[in-house]
Amino acid sequence: MKDERPDRTARAVRSPLPHDAATLHVTGAARYVDDIPVPAGCLHMAFGLSEIARGTITAMDLSAVRSAPGVRDVITAGDLPFANDVSPSAHDEPLLADGEVFYFGQPVFAVVADSHLAARKAVRLARIDYDAQTPILTIDDALAADSRFEEGPRVYAKGDADGAIAAAPRRVEGSMEIGGQEHFYLEGQAALALPQEDGDMVVQCSSQHPTEIQHKVAEALGLPMHAVRAEVRRMGGAFGGKESQGNALAVACAVAAARTGRPCKMRYDRDDDFVITGKRHDFRITYRAGHDDDGRILGLEFVQYCRCGWSQDLSLPVADRAMLHAENAYHLVDVRIESHRLKTHTQSATAFRGFGGPQGMIPMERVIDEIAHALSLDPVEVRRLNYYRAAAQSAEGGAAPATPAAPLPRDISGQKKVHDALPDDIASRGALGEVVEPAAGRVAASGEQTTPYHMPVTDFILHEMTDRLCQSADYTARRAGIEAWNAQSPILKKGLALTPVKFGISFTLTHLNQAGALVHVYQDGSIQMNHGGTEMGQGLFRKVSQVAASRFGLDVDRVRITATDTGKVPNTSATAASSGSDLNGMAVKAACDTIRDRIAAFLAEKDGVDAATVRFEDGAVITGAERYDFAEAVRLAYLGRVSLSATGYYRTPDIVWDRIRGEGRPFFYFAYGAAVTEAVVDTLTGEYRLLRTDILHDAGASLNPAIDIGQIEGGYIQGTGWLTTEELVWDAEGRLRTHAPSTYKIPACSDRPDLFTVTLWDGENFADTIYRSKAVGEPPFMLGISSFLALSDAIAACGPGYPALDAPATPERVLAAIQRVRAA
Amino acid sequence: MSPSISLTLNGEARDIALDDPRVTLLDLLRERLALPGTKKGCDRGQCGACTVLVNGRRVNSCLTLALTLDGAEITTIEGLAADGTLHPVQEAFIENDAFQCGYCTPGQIMSAVGLIAEGRAGDDPERIREGMSGNICRCVAYHGITLAVQDATRSMTPLKKEDAA
Ligand code: FES
Ligand code: FES
Repeated sequence: MKDERPDRTARAVRSPLPHDAATLHVTGAARYVDDIPVPAGCLHMAFGLSEIARGTITAMDLSAVRSAPGVRDVITAGDLPFANDVSPSAHDEPLLADGEVFYFGQPVFAVVADSHLAARKAVRLARIDYDAQTPILTIDDALAADSRFEEGPRVYAKGDADGAIAAAPRRVEGSMEIGGQEHFYLEGQAALALPQEDGDMVVQCSSQHPTEIQHKVAEALGLPMHAVRAEVRRMGGAFGGKESQGNALAVACAVAAARTGRPCKMRYDRDDDFVITGKRHDFRITYRAGHDDDGRILGLEFVQYCRCGWSQDLSLPVADRAMLHAENAYHLVDVRIESHRLKTHTQSATAFRGFGGPQGMIPMERVIDEIAHALSLDPVEVRRLNYYRAAAQSAEGGAAPATPAAPLPRDISGQKKVHDALPDDIASRGALGEVVEPAAGRVAASGEQTTPYHMPVTDFILHEMTDRLCQSADYTARRAGIEAWNAQSPILKKGLALTPVKFGISFTLTHLNQAGALVHVYQDGSIQMNHGGTEMGQGLFRKVSQVAASRFGLDVDRVRITATDTGKVPNTSATAASSGSDLNGMAVKAACDTIRDRIAAFLAEKDGVDAATVRFEDGAVITGAERYDFAEAVRLAYLGRVSLSATGYYRTPDIVWDRIRGEGRPFFYFAYGAAVTEAVVDTLTGEYRLLRTDILHDAGASLNPAIDIGQIEGGYIQGTGWLTTEELVWDAEGRLRTHAPSTYKIPACSDRPDLFTVTLWDGENFADTIYRSKAVGEPPFMLGISSFLALSDAIAACGPGYPALDAPATPERVLAAIQRVRAA
Repeated sequence: MSPSISLTLNGEARDIALDDPRVTLLDLLRERLALPGTKKGCDRGQCGACTVLVNGRRVNSCLTLALTLDGAEITTIEGLAADGTLHPVQEAFIENDAFQCGYCTPGQIMSAVGLIAEGRAGDDPERIREGMSGNICRCVAYHGITLAVQDATRSMTPLKKEDAA
C-alpha cells in the first residue's frame, strides 16, 4: 500500500517535491537551447521549404539567396558530404530534398547566415521550379493508390472473430475518423552545433533521444559515434515530438558547422515548426462487433487505417501500438485487428504521447458506448461486464501474482532475421529489430485470460478502481440527475461518461528496454548523477534524484542533476514510452548501490562489523559501532582508496515480442486509470463546456505524488484537447492551413473544468519496478476519452439516434451529430 | 543613423541603439540585451510566453516594437527578483509546483504579476483562469498556476499599489 505523504523535507522517495530547477524556472534562469550563450561568430540557419506536396524539382536558382545580406553559405542535397538522411528508421528521409519533393513544407535547401532574421529573409529569395504531380493526401487517396508502408496490412488475431460475430444475436458496426494532433511543445525545435578540434562535434539539442542525434550527426559527417557528443539539459515540452523530429536541425547545424568551422544554430519559427514536423497519426477505424442481449461482446473486428505521411519514421511501431491497445480494458475471446499503414504526401506523422495507443483505444470505447446505447444500458455496466477478470481471480490458484507471470520461452536457436533491409537504426523505435521465428508453442494456460496478442493479463485492477471512482464521483446519482435535468432543458443538454484506461508499459522493440547511469560521489560528500533519460517537464530528473538520495539516505539537494550527455552514458534509448523513470530509476539505483556497497564494505572492515548491517539513513552511515556523517564516511572511503564512481545498468526482465505474428509479452506490466467527465452542450450552436472531472489513476506506489498528479491532469487535458478543439486542416494542395495557435486551438487555463479531482490509486505495482511505482507519462492522456464520450452522451440526449461522433468533436461536428440523432 | 531609445529596464536606465528599427521588444531582450528569460513561443501574440511588463501593464513583447518604448519602464522575469529575494508570485509558483517544463513560466509569472496589479481577478479562481487564459501552458500546469496566482494575490494584497507602479 502507498505510504503516507510526508512533507517536502521528508524522505526522498514518495515525497511530493517540486520539479527540479524550480528556482531557475521562476527567475527565467533555466536555459533551453536557444538561451545558451553562443560563442562569437555563431551562424544561424533556416530551411527553404517545398511549396508543393509532390513533384520533381526541375530548376533551382539560389543565386539571390547566396548574395542576400549576411548569407555565409547555402547547402543543397548535392553539397552533403555523407548521408543525406535524418530518418530514425528506413533511411527514407533525406535532410534536404534530392530532386523530388514529398510534402508541402519539406526542407529543400538550407541557408547559413549571420543572424536568424537574415537566414529567414534570404530563404524567401529562392526560385524553384517544379513539375508537380497529384499528391496522395487522404486515407482514401492512399487506399485507391495502394500507397503504403510494409507489404500489406498487419493482422493480429485470436480465436475466430468472423464466426463469432456472425453467430452473435446482435451486432453494431461503423467507422470512426480520428484526427491527428500538433505537439505544440512551447519551446520549438532547436539545435546548436559546436565544432571541436580534430573534426569532433558537440551538439546541444532539444531532443528526447540524444543517442539518435549523435548517431545521425555521425552518419552525416562520416564520423564514428565517438567523435560526436549530444547534450540535452532540458526541453520546453516534447510529448513525443522531439523523439525524431529534431534530427533535421541537429544534422543541418552539424554539417554547416563542419563546412564553416563556426558554431551553427537553428530553431524553427512556430509556423515552420507546424509545417515541417510530423504530428500525431490520424486514423480511420472501422469496427464490427457481435454481442448478446446483456451487452457482452462475443466477437470483434477492427480495421485500422493509419495515415503515416511521406516517410516511415516511427509509424510502424505507432501502428503496432494502436493494435496493441485496440481492446483497451476488455477481454475479447474472438478478435481480429487489421492495420494499414498508409503513405501520403503530408508531414511524416510521428510519436505523440500514447504512440498510437489512444487512437487504437477510442474505437473500443465507442463500441462499448454504442452497444450500451442500442440496449439502453448504462455504459458503465457494459464496461464492467466486458472487463478482464480482476487480478485476484485471473491467475489459476487465486491470489494476484507478486511478480509477473513466467516469461515466454525464448528459443534462441530458432531466431532468424527474416527481413533484409539497410542497416538498422538500432537505437530507434523505428528499427525493425530482429524478427523472431515463432517461439515454440506458447499456449496460454487453460482459463487464462489473454490480450488479442496472447499476453496473459494478470494485474487487472479496473473493477475495484471503477467501483471506487463511481462512488467518489457519485456516478449513479449524477446520471439520474442529468437525465432529469435534460428532460426539462430543451436547449442545453448534459452528458456524463466514465472511461477506463489500460496501457502497456515497455518499448515494444524489446532491446530498447535498457538504461544506463553514471553516479559520482565527490570527496566532500556531494553527488552528481547522470543517466540516459531526458527532462522535458515530466519530472524525470526529480524522481530519479529522489531515488539516488534515498539509496544514500540523504536529502535530494545533496544530489546534483546534470544534463543528459552521450559522453557520460552511451547507447541510450529515447525518453519515451513512459519508461523514463522505470528504466533510469533502476539504472541509477544500481549505480548508487554499487558505491554504497563499497563504502559499506570499507567501513565494516574498519569497524569490524558485517557489511550487511551498515545502514545509510538521515544523512549518516551507521555501522553499528559508529555513526559517520555521510561526508565523513565518503572522506574516509576516499582516503582508504575506495572508488566512488560507478555506472549502473538495467534491463527490463520477462519481455519478448514478435511484432509480425502479434504474439508475446511486449509489456512488463499495465498501468490503469479511469475518469468520469460531465459536459454540457448548447444544442443551438454545438458549443460546449466541461463541468466536472473525477480521475482515479494508478501510478503504483508513486515516487512523487505531486509530479504524478500533474502528469495526470496534464495528460487528461491534452487528451481532451486532441478529441475536442485541436483540429488540423490540410487544403486540397496538401498545405497545412492550421499552422499557428490562432487557427489551432490548444486548451487554455479557462478551459479546465471548474470541478476537477485527481486521486492516486493506493496500490503498488505487482511487477518489480523502481520502488513499485508505475510509469505515468502517457496513460492519463487516454482519460481524455471520457470528455469525448461525455459530449457524445449529451448529444444522445437530443434524439433517438446514436451520435457516432468523429474526433475531434469540434462544435461543428457536435452540431452535425445533434442533427443526426434527431433525424434518426 | 540607427535610432536609439532610452528606457528603464529592470530598474536600470538604459540607452539602446537599435540597429534595426523594426526589432521587437522580445528580440531586443533575447538577442541583443542577453536577457533570454523571456521566451518565444509563437512570435505572433498568441501564446503569452513573451509576456513582460511595460509601465506596469502586461504586454506580449513579440508584438511590441522596441522603437515605441522610448521612456518606458520595462520589467522582465530577470528583474522581478533583482535584489535576490523572490517575488511573492515566484514563491507561489514554486510552492504550488505551477509548471512542468517551465517554458511558459516566465510569461505566466509576468502575466500573473500584471493581473494582480490590475486587481480585476481577486482570488476568484474562475476570474483568474479567465485572466490568465492568454498564456498557454502546453504541459497543462493550469491547476498549479491558478493556485499560485490565488496564493500570491492573498499574500500581496497590501502590496498591490507598489507592484502596479
Ligand atoms: S511569443 Fe509572444 S505571444 Fe507567443
Ligand atoms: S510548463 Fe510546459 S508549457 Fe507550461
